[in-house]
Amino acid sequence: MEVVAVFLPLIGAILAGLFARQLGDRGAQIATIAPMLLSALLSVIVFFDVAVAGNARTTELFTWIDSGSFELSWALRMDTLSAVMLAVVTVVSAMVHVYSVGYMEHDPSKPRFFAYLSLFTFFMLMLATADNFVQLFFGWEGVGVASYLLIGFWYDRPSANAAAIKAFLVNRVGDVGFALGIAAVFFLTGAATFDGAFAAAPEVADSSISFLGMQASALDVVGILLFIGAMGKSAQLGLHTWLPDAMEGPTPVSALIHAATMVTAGIFMLCRVSPILEYAPVAMSVITVVGGATAFFAATVGMAQNDIKRVIAYSTCSQLGYMMFAIGVSAYGAAIFHLMTHAFFKALLFLGAGSVIHAMHEEQDMRKMGGIWRTIPYTYAMMWIGSLALAGLPPFAGFFSKDIVLEAAWAADGGGGQFAFWMGILAAFMTAFYSWRLLFMTFHGQSRAPKKVLDHAHESPWVMLGPLVVLSIGAVLAGWIGYDAFVGDSRLAFWGQSIVQSDHDVIHAAHNVPLWVKLLPLVMAVSGIGLAYLMYMARPELPGRVVGAIKPVWRFVYNKWYFDELYAFLFVRPAGALGTFLWKGGDGAVIDGYGPDGLSALTGRLSRRTSRLQTGYLYHYAFVMLAGVVVFVTWYLVTQIG
Amino acid sequence: MHGWPLLSLVTFLPLVGAGFILMIRGEPDVVARNARYVALWTSLITFVLSLFIWFGFDRGTAAFQFVEEAPWIPQFGITYHMGVDGISMMFVLLATLLTPICVLASWDAIQHRVKEYMIAFLVLETLMVGMFCALDLVLFYMFFEGVLIPMFLIIGVWGGQRRVYSAFKFFLFTLAGSVLMLLAILAIYFETGTTDIPTLLAGAGIPPEMQFWLWLAFFASFAVKVPMWPVHTWLPDAHVEAPTAGSVILAGVLLKMGAYGFLRFSVPMLPEATALFAPLIFALSVVAIIYTSLVALAQEDMKKLIAYSSVAHMGYVTAGIFTLTQQGMEGAIFQMLSHGIVSAALFLIVGVIYDRIHTRRIDAYGGLVHRMPNYALLFMLFMLASVGLPGTSGFVGEFLVIVGAFQVNTWVALLVATGMVLGAAYMLVLYRRVVFGKLTKESLMKIKDLTWREQAVFAPLVVLVLWMGIYPVSFLDVMSASVDNLITNYQQALADADTPSLATLWSSK
Repeated sequence: MEVVAVFLPLIGAILAGLFARQLGDRGAQIATIAPMLLSALLSVIVFFDVAVAGNARTTELFTWIDSGSFELSWALRMDTLSAVMLAVVTVVSAMVHVYSVGYMEHDPSKPRFFAYLSLFTFFMLMLATADNFVQLFFGWEGVGVASYLLIGFWYDRPSANAAAIKAFLVNRVGDVGFALGIAAVFFLTGAATFDGAFAAAPEVADSSISFLGMQASALDVVGILLFIGAMGKSAQLGLHTWLPDAMEGPTPVSALIHAATMVTAGIFMLCRVSPILEYAPVAMSVITVVGGATAFFAATVGMAQNDIKRVIAYSTCSQLGYMMFAIGVSAYGAAIFHLMTHAFFKALLFLGAGSVIHAMHEEQDMRKMGGIWRTIPYTYAMMWIGSLALAGLPPFAGFFSKDIVLEAAWAADGGGGQFAFWMGILAAFMTAFYSWRLLFMTFHGQSRAPKKVLDHAHESPWVMLGPLVVLSIGAVLAGWIGYDAFVGDSRLAFWGQSIVQSDHDVIHAAHNVPLWVKLLPLVMAVSGIGLAYLMYMARPELPGRVVGAIKPVWRFVYNKWYFDELYAFLFVRPAGALGTFLWKGGDGAVIDGYGPDGLSALTGRLSRRTSRLQTGYLYHYAFVMLAGVVVFVTWYLVTQIG
Repeated sequence: MHGWPLLSLVTFLPLVGAGFILMIRGEPDVVARNARYVALWTSLITFVLSLFIWFGFDRGTAAFQFVEEAPWIPQFGITYHMGVDGISMMFVLLATLLTPICVLASWDAIQHRVKEYMIAFLVLETLMVGMFCALDLVLFYMFFEGVLIPMFLIIGVWGGQRRVYSAFKFFLFTLAGSVLMLLAILAIYFETGTTDIPTLLAGAGIPPEMQFWLWLAFFASFAVKVPMWPVHTWLPDAHVEAPTAGSVILAGVLLKMGAYGFLRFSVPMLPEATALFAPLIFALSVVAIIYTSLVALAQEDMKKLIAYSSVAHMGYVTAGIFTLTQQGMEGAIFQMLSHGIVSAALFLIVGVIYDRIHTRRIDAYGGLVHRMPNYALLFMLFMLASVGLPGTSGFVGEFLVIVGAFQVNTWVALLVATGMVLGAAYMLVLYRRVVFGKLTKESLMKIKDLTWREQAVFAPLVVLVLWMGIYPVSFLDVMSASVDNLITNYQQALADADTPSLATLWSSK
């Protein structure tokens, strides 16, 4: 059944992609949406079968690579972890497909769009159901390409093309780490399949390898390399720069790929390799600290952005930081729990934002919005639900998952957990602030939009609102329903062998933290909302004055901590200049100059010189002959005597 | 087909076809048309014949198969000895596959001296196939060097504006290395008394000090052919000036000759020198990957960009071979095959628009997707294969090389892997500048999408790229026994050397 569920989107993509002319726009939509809905239905059934009824299994399709002992197959591994991903991905993807019918209504290349969406879903499912590292990498790179195609969907725009290439390349930097990580796993354990590698992990836990001249604990090296891969895909601090730019793509894409599914691939991958990470304490500390720093960093930047999609993009980045440090403190169940709830409410927020943009005629700048909540009331309500879930107010989904993540961080031993906890608490405050800043700027106050736009502002059609409703149900209920199974008392039975867990792990400890730890995130969220109300509703002149008072800080944050400028200075421009230099200087001047061109010039010069010897005068030749005889005789005498 | 001299048939059938073309007389138009058809049919029949090698090949053994042997110059013990093993077999097929594709790709593009052009390609096919089948050093050398002549003519006669400069550069570079190889072959003959390759492979027993010089002599020849940095500069010029089909065969098959030489001679016959020089190869490969990728980023000419990317991709090959691990070597061979398909396809891709607009400058294009959607799709596929996307042929080789390199040296693995980023950079930028963007240039407004003939040319390449990416086992199976045997013999030879190894000799000097 899961085989059908995984390959249905591929069939849809091929139909819509290659037979667009025969099918027409409507036909292409049906050809992708119908398989997608069916796939979602099957996935939910598979989820209940695998995760709830406990029928974990692996379906092997055929051998893929077999080189010496490096053997692996195309296979679909179904355990609770992949079943959760399967269900989340297909449900969100199906909703986004339906929503796109309305959103992309005026676009001339609909079949291509739907083909890309379905293709992406297929790769994502291959990633989630992989039973070996290389198939995971296949899905990993595949979603990268689909993301590249979708970010650059409007290929007439230079900015979209640039963003697409940037996304691909930054991800590739992470992929270098991932590929080396797979090589390291194979080197150490002699296996590239999950089962083989995990079985061998305890034996090599104490060994060390020499990596780039340094002696290091073997599994720490593996853990850090794999984490570098996850950093690229999951936009962690340092490799996050592509995610905000990725908002150049159509909004449904942002919802599906750059919020709900693809960016969580790194989280999924690290949870998948949890049996290895458990033996990599240093790597875990790195993950915790980077995750905490990302949560904080992205939240600060989110507070200062004016583009509605960029605010949500940085919010995604920040939430990925939460998931990451949950992994860092071994709370894998909590990480996936937050991944799942986040998929619902963040997709909801993005699609809601898309609905706003649709209503405002492609306007994305919040400074040109305001006061439109009466015009688009349903969208407004959906955005409230999404924001409440994101900020973590009970009883919305985010409340359950964010709390358990923060509690686990606090309960973890060591400084990393504490650091992450406090970063997370600060980020929780900022999350609430920027979410309500977004709501107030977009929907309340005096409208700052041109009158023409306002007159035409309209609520989205039902084909767009329907998916919002489905997702909002998830955003309300997913946390409450899932809590017991994902992180509560039933978690041992629920997860089974798919992640590392025990009776006395960090999630167990997280349930017994002091009351103030449990309440602090909520207090932070409420005060963040309060501050946003104060600044954007009660005293609208305040933001300007605050910005004026802390100008340097604000500028630093507004410019996203200058990461793009730094990278352009360090890598992008030098690469171009170096390329030209090596080409003209290295290849042209040195190698060719002293090589073939130099030699031929030398030959030419020498032959011109020698040709001058041929003067034509007999006495010149006679003189040379005589001189030669003298030299020979001298030579003979000297050597004979000596 | 049992008992037939299959390899000789495949090798010399193109020569027969060339003979037929030579006899064609009549009106220039008729001659040209007949020459095209004869060349096409000859190369197609050759390809079909070569498929019997694929199906008849026993994948379980490392021994040479389809062996033919006949005395040739008995005074010196030189024989006409042909045979293929898991390493060489697929290159024979690569050559026989690409030749009909080249003939088809030149169908309309070549309009003058068609007869001679087709003869040159058929002769070239004979020499390429013979090179991969030859099991005698002298025979090998003749084919190996003979290949230069038709290629030299193809560039020099049917090339672009600077064709003479390029042709001579190509010839001088490759010949300079070859002279040293001839000396090395003579030295081997005088040392061991035989030129028979299987005999030499079974245990050459060449003394370590001599291995040192022989290895360098072979290296001089093979490094130019690969080409390795810093003797790669003939390649961009040769590619730029060569006609499309010339580039296809040059990138597809001729570049594989150097790496094949390393696999067939340097590693098995000179194991101790190989162990000594492996770090040198690693260094040059890594430089090749990073240096030429950066240079590719700066190119303004499409063919030059792809030529530089070839140098980078061949860097993976040389690094993989000298890891001397199962994964690294299989990865290297796989990468050679994949590069043969993908770079050939990319040169054809460039050829398609060159035939229409007659310029290779990147900035002369832009927005082609609006008029040529099928072309854009194909270009995308081959671009991604070149970038090494999993699921395409480019991934398997590249990844296995990284896995192999990691077992030997993590620095090499890391630096080789940076090619993943740089390679993606120049290919994506190229694609964006040529295919994406608004269609604004006047000259492109009427450009036509692929014709049926062009689609027929690309179809087999598309199938192969995906087949090799999704089910590479059918190719890895062919090579695994031979590669395993090669590594076992190599390690045995190193272990058997009771004299102190070359490395210690060298360091004590």
